[in-house]
Amino acid sequence: MKRELQAAAIAVLASLAVGSVLMLVVGVSPVRVWGTMVERTFTDEYNLGQMLFAATSLALCGLAVALALEAGLFNIGAEGQLAAGVLACSTLGAALPAGTPAPIAIPVCLAAAAGAGGLVAGGVGLLKATRGAHEVISSIMLNFVVAGVSLWLGNELLFVGGATTGAPIAPGAELPHLGLGGSSVNAALAITLAAAAAVWWLRDRTTWGEAWRAVGRDPAAARSAGISVERVQVLAMTASGALAGLAAANLVMGYKHAFEDGLGRNTGFLGISAALLGRSHPAGVIIAALLLGFLQAGGLAVAELVPKELTEMLQGVVVLAVAASVPFVARARARAPKEAA
Amino acid sequence: MSVRRLLILLVAINAALFAGGWLFVPAPAPKAGAGVRVGIVFDVGGKNDKSFNEQAYNGLRLAERELGVVGTFIEPTEGVPRETALRALAARTGDDKLDLVVGVGWVFSSDLERLAQLFPDVNFAGVDYAPSSGAGTLPNLVGLRFREHEGSFLVGAAAGLATHTKVVGFVGGMQIPLIKKFEVGYRAGVAHVCPDCRVLAAYAGSDPRAFSNPPLGQQLAGAMYDDDADIIYHASGKTGDGVFAAARRRGQRAIGVDSDQFAIAPCCVMTSMVKRVDLAIVDLVREVIAKKFRGGMRELGLAEQRVGFVADEHNRLLLPPAVVNKVRALSDEIIAGKIQVPWQ
Repeated sequence: MKRELQAAAIAVLASLAVGSVLMLVVGVSPVRVWGTMVERTFTDEYNLGQMLFAATSLALCGLAVALALEAGLFNIGAEGQLAAGVLACSTLGAALPAGTPAPIAIPVCLAAAAGAGGLVAGGVGLLKATRGAHEVISSIMLNFVVAGVSLWLGNELLFVGGATTGAPIAPGAELPHLGLGGSSVNAALAITLAAAAAVWWLRDRTTWGEAWRAVGRDPAAARSAGISVERVQVLAMTASGALAGLAAANLVMGYKHAFEDGLGRNTGFLGISAALLGRSHPAGVIIAALLLGFLQAGGLAVAELVPKELTEMLQGVVVLAVAASVPFVARARARAPKEAA
Repeated sequence: MSVRRLLILLVAINAALFAGGWLFVPAPAPKAGAGVRVGIVFDVGGKNDKSFNEQAYNGLRLAERELGVVGTFIEPTEGVPRETALRALAARTGDDKLDLVVGVGWVFSSDLERLAQLFPDVNFAGVDYAPSSGAGTLPNLVGLRFREHEGSFLVGAAAGLATHTKVVGFVGGMQIPLIKKFEVGYRAGVAHVCPDCRVLAAYAGSDPRAFSNPPLGQQLAGAMYDDDADIIYHASGKTGDGVFAAARRRGQRAIGVDSDQFAIAPCCVMTSMVKRVDLAIVDLVREVIAKKFRGGMRELGLAEQRVGFVADEHNRLLLPPAVVNKVRALSDEIIAGKIQVPWQ
């Protein structure tokens, strides 16, 4: 635990320093920018809500990547799985009769979102388990396939009125907003926390989680211990895709209430950052998602002070800093016993 | 280095940077001016995209210079909910309060509707706005829609009249209804003057990056020129730079879009289909100043002189006067309602 905190402190301080240098280069005072970022995000209910809204999608995609990662699979297809979730959730939601009551509409749409994401990722897992196809290649390629299919379906069937938005979903399928100054944060936040708890429970409290982590550590050893590596790979990928697909609930059922091309674009990729930043632990992923959400929402709050490229760069700097600081702390502490005494 | 030493070092560096900034960077002077205040939120491309975001930015600059308004803008990063940016501008109060908030790009449509209801005393406008189903007219929201198909019809006619091979091309950015409008109008224009001409069409992709992929634009255009096309019209943002590169390489002709793109490739840009987002924004600002701002849809086309084609002293050599005259005559016929240009 102490190791994690030290690494986090180093990473945050280093990112802060790099960000400050960049700000000085463009000629603004770092104190002013950071101060404005914090002040506008945390003193304004709406901005706080937008940060939580962004963090909700990021956390689900982060959990998706983290779950697969612990089983030794690098799912960089969360982007496509989320897009599949958006497509399924919004199409089904719009197809439901307008009078569908919430207790039916919400579970149906949630299942569609998770199911579509799970199906796409499950295919990747199946290819890996039966054909040895590398999951990085197949999942990133499926990102393009899903984006293409989704835009094609949009053009052929879904877009209405010359826009890139589809028909609205049944009102019963809309998730309630949480208030917070009229921001977009909605009940999907609760679903996300429940999902994180479920992942934690599976991971740390069940034999299935044990098997899945054993495969992640050493597939050969797991196999000789009698674990079906193939089964774990397919199941872990499916569960991972279902989590990524579930982010569609936040975007479609909680925010847009309709299909829109490109809804949540880039969130799947940022989910990889959230998983790596959070060290694949469910609680860590939530914290990382909040941090990335803060950078997004706060970046907007200072949009007049600094160019947008700077805030985009900062997200990358944070990930780099974490990637570098974790092994540094591990090595320093391995050397440290004499020093620390 | 031990962890503790590194931490101390980092804290010291940060303190030095903060202090340096605090001491040596002057606080920016607040933008003074009694004029009307205008805020713009750009689409993903950002204000320097050499395409329609830049046109909108030019409009803001123009309004600042000529009408004395105070302008501000936000360029949201990809993945950020755009509504947040619009709302940040709309929610300003006191001396910072904005009189007009503009969202550039079709993606803002439903967000603008929500915010216009939430902030009834701020005026909103959407460029390329497409109303959501069921959203009525709001008194403080203007939707700007350009009849790009009319301008595209004219450059299509110009291409149909000027082609030697009877084959012309179209390169679109992302395949969405908005860009499809350009293609449909262009095809109709070609067919109107040259019924036996062929139109080759291709799109650069299925996400917004399709508007910023010059190498792909060059490839698509190259293939069309190889298939005997001698004029290619593009509606693909920065991807069009690749179309111009291919034209330059083969000594063929191309047609620009949104703004007059002659300067990018003087050898080859025969004409451009211009979409005057800048003037449309200045018009809106004038209305706000005169307190005549009224909500509703505005359709802007040839009749309003907000779309058109370029024929001036620069492209004289590429666009023969005979062609210009015929295209102008067609333009008059469209304005008079004698030609109905299809758009889907």
